[in-house]
Amino acid sequence: MNKRSRRKMLVAMVVFGVGIATVLALTAFDENLMYFYSPTEIHAGKAPADRAIRVGGLVVDGSVRREGNGLAVQFDLTDNAAVVPVSYTGILPDLFREGQGIVAMGRIDNAGLFVADEVLAKHDENYMPPEVADALDAAHEAGKTGAPATN
Amino acid sequence: MWAWIQKFSSPKYFYDMSAKLIPWFAIPALVIGVYGLYLGFFVAPTDYQQGESYRIIFIHVPAAWMSLFIYMVMAISAGIGLIWQIRLADVIAASSAPIGASFTFVALVTGSLWGKPMWGTYWVWDARLTSELILLFLYFGYMALQASIEDQRMADKASGLLAIVGVVNIPIIHYSVEWWNTLHQGATVTKLDKPSIHIDMLIPLLLMALAFKLFYATMVLVRARNEALYRDRNRRWVRELVEKL
Repeated sequence: MNKRSRRKMLVAMVVFGVGIATVLALTAFDENLMYFYSPTEIHAGKAPADRAIRVGGLVVDGSVRREGNGLAVQFDLTDNAAVVPVSYTGILPDLFREGQGIVAMGRIDNAGLFVADEVLAKHDENYMPPEVADALDAAHEAGKTGAPATN
Repeated sequence: MWAWIQKFSSPKYFYDMSAKLIPWFAIPALVIGVYGLYLGFFVAPTDYQQGESYRIIFIHVPAAWMSLFIYMVMAISAGIGLIWQIRLADVIAASSAPIGASFTFVALVTGSLWGKPMWGTYWVWDARLTSELILLFLYFGYMALQASIEDQRMADKASGLLAIVGVVNIPIIHYSVEWWNTLHQGATVTKLDKPSIHIDMLIPLLLMALAFKLFYATMVLVRARNEALYRDRNRRWVRELVEKL
């Protein structure tokens, strides 16, 4: 083997070796790389009970209840399979609304209520003007009720 | 063919040639960039959820794409320099690093500024944000190795190897939003499906991406010319160049 192909081999081996090592490391730490647990995982007992965790999901439509002083709020989080009730006292981010994805950090108390210290809004990857969003909603509604969609 | 490659990759030939090329990148970069920003900031419609704040994507997303693209250019150039020992490839790699680091920095800062009003926080340690921060440190590591090793050939070898090792981070950044639960949203444009963005927002976004690419091409040529001159400061062609002045 001449020098050039030896160097080629070396570079290929470095890329391959580092690649394998990284795949193994990432697989091993998979759990820790998850930024949040889903309500289903919480119900399945996959989330540790002894430390603060994050739970992510969609805010259930109509579940947001504000209490007393106006900063305390309760709502349900769902991944369309399981539901986790969440309570939080503090300022909610701009994107927090019913039907939107959010991530809450906190602990589950004995009654099964998730007490959050922090609530972050998770934005989705869709970008569109309000008219288009309205039209999509209208079409969705029309589809649900079986009426023909009007444009 | 080997002789041909050696002729075209000689620093002297590159120095003469790149002078002619620069305006062909610089002027379109400026024109497309200004037009893209105008479309993005004044013409594109408001977003249904985020209002006006979403307009930061016209800077943030192209900058983030460039941070990955430039890293790949840098790593491939470094690999070519390492294997075939073409000096120009090492020049390109070394010149790309600070530009890539700048784009990474811009992507991180703009994302952070957007994150505060939208997510409710400047920073979270989710997989996407963390891997992008590691990318910034990889650029810094490359630049530090280049700067700290006196012998240029050794510096190219050491930093080139780091650049190649760091390539493993690139797919991690791109797929982090699919492999793990992250706060950062999934891909809008760079996926096999139809882009989930309205066409009037997509066009300025793609124009900005093109403008950033052209800007990088301009910048890397300018920087690589300086780098080539500096590295060859004791060679005859540079001395002849200086004597002509």
